[in-house]
Amino acid sequence: MTYSLWIILTASLVGVTCGIIGVFLILRKMAMMADAISHTVLLGIVLAFIITQQVSGTPMLIGAIIAGLLTALFVQWLHSLGLQQHAAMGIVFTTLFAIGVILISTSVGNAHLDVQHALMGEITFIPWDRITLPIVGEVPRATALLAFVFVIVIVFIVVFYKEWKITTFDPALAASLGIPVLVMHYLFMGFVSVTTVASFDAVGAIMVVAMLITPAASAYLWTDRLSVMILLSGGFGVLSAIVGYYIAAWVDTSISGSMAFATGLVFVVSFICSPKHGLVSKLWRPKAGYSVMEEK
Amino acid sequence: MENSVLQVEGLSAAYRKNTVLDDVNFSIEAGTLTGIVGPNGAGKSTLIKSVLNLHPKLTGTVKFFGTDLKAVKKRIGYVPQRGSVDWDFPTNALDVVLMGLYGKIGWLKWPTNRDKQKAMEALEKVGMADYAKRQISQLSGGQQQRVFLARALVQDADLYFMDEPLAGVDAATERAIMTILKELKQAGKTVLVVHHDLQTVTDYFDHVLFLNRTVMAYGKTEEIFTKENIAKTYGGSILGLREENGHVIITRK
Repeated sequence: MTYSLWIILTASLVGVTCGIIGVFLILRKMAMMADAISHTVLLGIVLAFIITQQVSGTPMLIGAIIAGLLTALFVQWLHSLGLQQHAAMGIVFTTLFAIGVILISTSVGNAHLDVQHALMGEITFIPWDRITLPIVGEVPRATALLAFVFVIVIVFIVVFYKEWKITTFDPALAASLGIPVLVMHYLFMGFVSVTTVASFDAVGAIMVVAMLITPAASAYLWTDRLSVMILLSGGFGVLSAIVGYYIAAWVDTSISGSMAFATGLVFVVSFICSPKHGLVSKLWRPKAGYSVMEEK
Repeated sequence: MENSVLQVEGLSAAYRKNTVLDDVNFSIEAGTLTGIVGPNGAGKSTLIKSVLNLHPKLTGTVKFFGTDLKAVKKRIGYVPQRGSVDWDFPTNALDVVLMGLYGKIGWLKWPTNRDKQKAMEALEKVGMADYAKRQISQLSGGQQQRVFLARALVQDADLYFMDEPLAGVDAATERAIMTILKELKQAGKTVLVVHHDLQTVTDYFDHVLFLNRTVMAYGKTEEIFTKENIAKTYGGSILGLREENGHVIITRK
């Protein structure tokens, strides 16, 4: 495969995985959590690097999962002490992120890790760092990792679809039915962390937030069905990745930046054109949509 | 008590450092329709949540059908407050009702056509069959409450807990809900309802539980729903009370 095809494929995997995870982030009102976790996984990665002295997939994934879960735990804990949820997130993630930044710029020093890379990602270099897998042959490491995470996410979402749905919509009912709401919450936080770290190389900590939130927010405007929202959001993620790549090639600029910008474009189009919540449809039928129907 | 479906002993619960329930004791008999009443902040919702283990108990034991909650979860139905969920969630009325069956369907399985049919029947029962495919944000408050009730009906439980099912609903919905609750009772089911409107207590419930941090009074409505008990539970917050032909009439100044 050619150089640009690998980049497009990798970016699309980021788009689709983040898009799917993002749907649940938005519906669980945890969009800010994406921001928090995307920063704290940096600490997990740095710690994994310090311990193993190498930049490799598995320890970094484990480090990121631990950091992500710690973030969720700390936030929950501060919240239970009476702090506002969002304030708790703000405190926890900036502190953990700061520790990560301090560690990077001291002990890790000249290693491959640097703040710029962690924040912005460098998808351009991805095709050169390859591993050999059985059957498929030689593939870029980041792509293989993302494909793996994508499959895991899909399997878990499909297999436990109704559990994700009910714990998202009505956790109290779910708990009364005997569904382990808290376990599912932390499992989901684990997914957010894994997705984030897998997308790290490609888009970096800041852009991954755009990929997690914006396609899902756009999809939300188009449909009234959860399953359709998931498909659309994944699709918007891929679309943004591809459009972003060509914008970057055209203007000759940062690929990750262009992809994040493309998610914004998708949102603007959705905001104007979507059939139910769009500006255009509201102007056309000002009374439709939200009107409360008369009782029978 | 032999016929007791719910037995609560020495239950207390807190939000952070504030004790909201203290030494709550009562026992509910099968086939009763109980109204839980008390002023705002009396711990009515917390009582239901702690009984169902949705809110941590500080002390106390709760027995369902003489055994632990875990063993009989499928026999218990819960209707949370309508405001506790996001009605902008991308789903329709039928889907919400179907969620009531998720516990019975079990892990790794998808709802079958039979399940969908059951959900549809429950919607018909609450007069919402025509709205099955309607996105839930496009339902009125009363209609949303009916969908919640349908979701409880589909669970086919023996013991129901309902948190303010009549709050903010229109008169037609209130009548429809009460008809169904009375049908449940006639079918031998037990229903506990958090209720806020003292005027309707005597018409709606055969038992009443006065709650203000602890049980102020509990028993048959005709014996317990007295001026004294209301005054004791609500303190000075209810102004006009008079008795007329054995009924307590509440007038608000």
